[in-house]
Amino acid sequence: MLSRSALGSPITQLTSHFRRPREGTEMHIILVDNGRSSRLGMEKFWPSLKCIRCAACMNTCPVYRRSGGLSYGSTYMGPIGIIMMPTFDIRRYSELPFSSTLNGSCTNVCPVKINIHEQIYAWREVMEEKHQINLVKKSAMIVAGKVLSNPTLYRMAGDTMEASLKVLPRFAIYSQLNAWGRHRDIPQPAKETFHDWYKKHRSQATGQETNP
Amino acid sequence: MSFRDTILQNVRNNQPSSRELPAIPKFHSEQPVDLKKQFTAALKELYGEVVTEPPADFEEFLRKRYPDAKTICSAVPEYAGNRVPQDFTRWSDASIIDVTIVRSPLGVAETGSVLLSEEEFRVNTIGFLAHDIVILLDPAEIVENLHDAYGHPHFLDKAYSLLMSGPSGSADIGGITVHPAQGVMTLTVIFWPRAQNETTRIV
Repeated sequence: MLSRSALGSPITQLTSHFRRPREGTEMHIILVDNGRSSRLGMEKFWPSLKCIRCAACMNTCPVYRRSGGLSYGSTYMGPIGIIMMPTFDIRRYSELPFSSTLNGSCTNVCPVKINIHEQIYAWREVMEEKHQINLVKKSAMIVAGKVLSNPTLYRMAGDTMEASLKVLPRFAIYSQLNAWGRHRDIPQPAKETFHDWYKKHRSQATGQETNP
Repeated sequence: MSFRDTILQNVRNNQPSSRELPAIPKFHSEQPVDLKKQFTAALKELYGEVVTEPPADFEEFLRKRYPDAKTICSAVPEYAGNRVPQDFTRWSDASIIDVTIVRSPLGVAETGSVLLSEEEFRVNTIGFLAHDIVILLDPAEIVENLHDAYGHPHFLDKAYSLLMSGPSGSADIGGITVHPAQGVMTLTVIFWPRAQNETTRIV
């Protein structure tokens, strides 16, 4: 199962089964807990213990594929890391559950059927309950929630942003507030939005292409 | 309480509620399967090779295939070689072996795997420290899939049992299998029916 979900090969070259010590010798099994036995008692989160470390969830994750493993800042990365790491240190990994689009692709490919995206959502609720979300993020989320749920407002915000990006001087765009811009350039704004393009090229009634 | 007891007690206390095990579906193909063909194709995918008939002159076959081999360790009655597994009671000594010859009691068509245990190896390291390995397999002892394979008594009886599938390789590097990794360089399976007087295992 591991090899099939990791590399796509039918089986690992050597699949060993140890039942007891070889004659005349001893066999030692070392238990490493590291919080796992407590996680077993967490009603919503114990299924993450089923993980066999195949990394199928990472390979399919649109966030992981673009950001890479180091960006998670944790031992376990990708979707499985998001739901595992907060059980080790909830404060340190409080932001991880938000690095997801909740598209569910991870759950879909998981060979041991861990409900990863549902757990990511549940972790967000835990972070809210336990006040692990900082004020800036929280206020930004509230504003984003309002803007994203209202198409007119959303478009207005988009237009304003685009227009201001064209005219604002560099020092204003790359200010202290722009965490993204601290290490890299922001992408060039597009000439027109998809929405504008769609209005121009398709008639509303039939959805057929019209000549511009 | 020791850490061991604390961990085990925690596990006992935190057990999720049990539920009934699901019924295991049948995984066999509805069409008749050519097990030899499927086994050969699956093993090829893992860079192993199949020889479909026992060679008329085995000595000659080995000489051609492994021209530089000097130490040939045989764990089978079909061929004597110049060493036997019992010569390697100090396990690390098996690293001088060029070719190991062993018989497997079971092949798996789905994955191209062969089953081996301390019964076949006698000294387990002869299967890993040798440069190359030749495995004799009775084609009548090939099963269709891994579910069938795990019905084999070896998995209950033996201290160590192994499904060996092709020469050693590692897939941790860029999603590509790298050969060799930490075992034999080449793996060859010869379809070689058991001699009449040998007991055939029934799976």
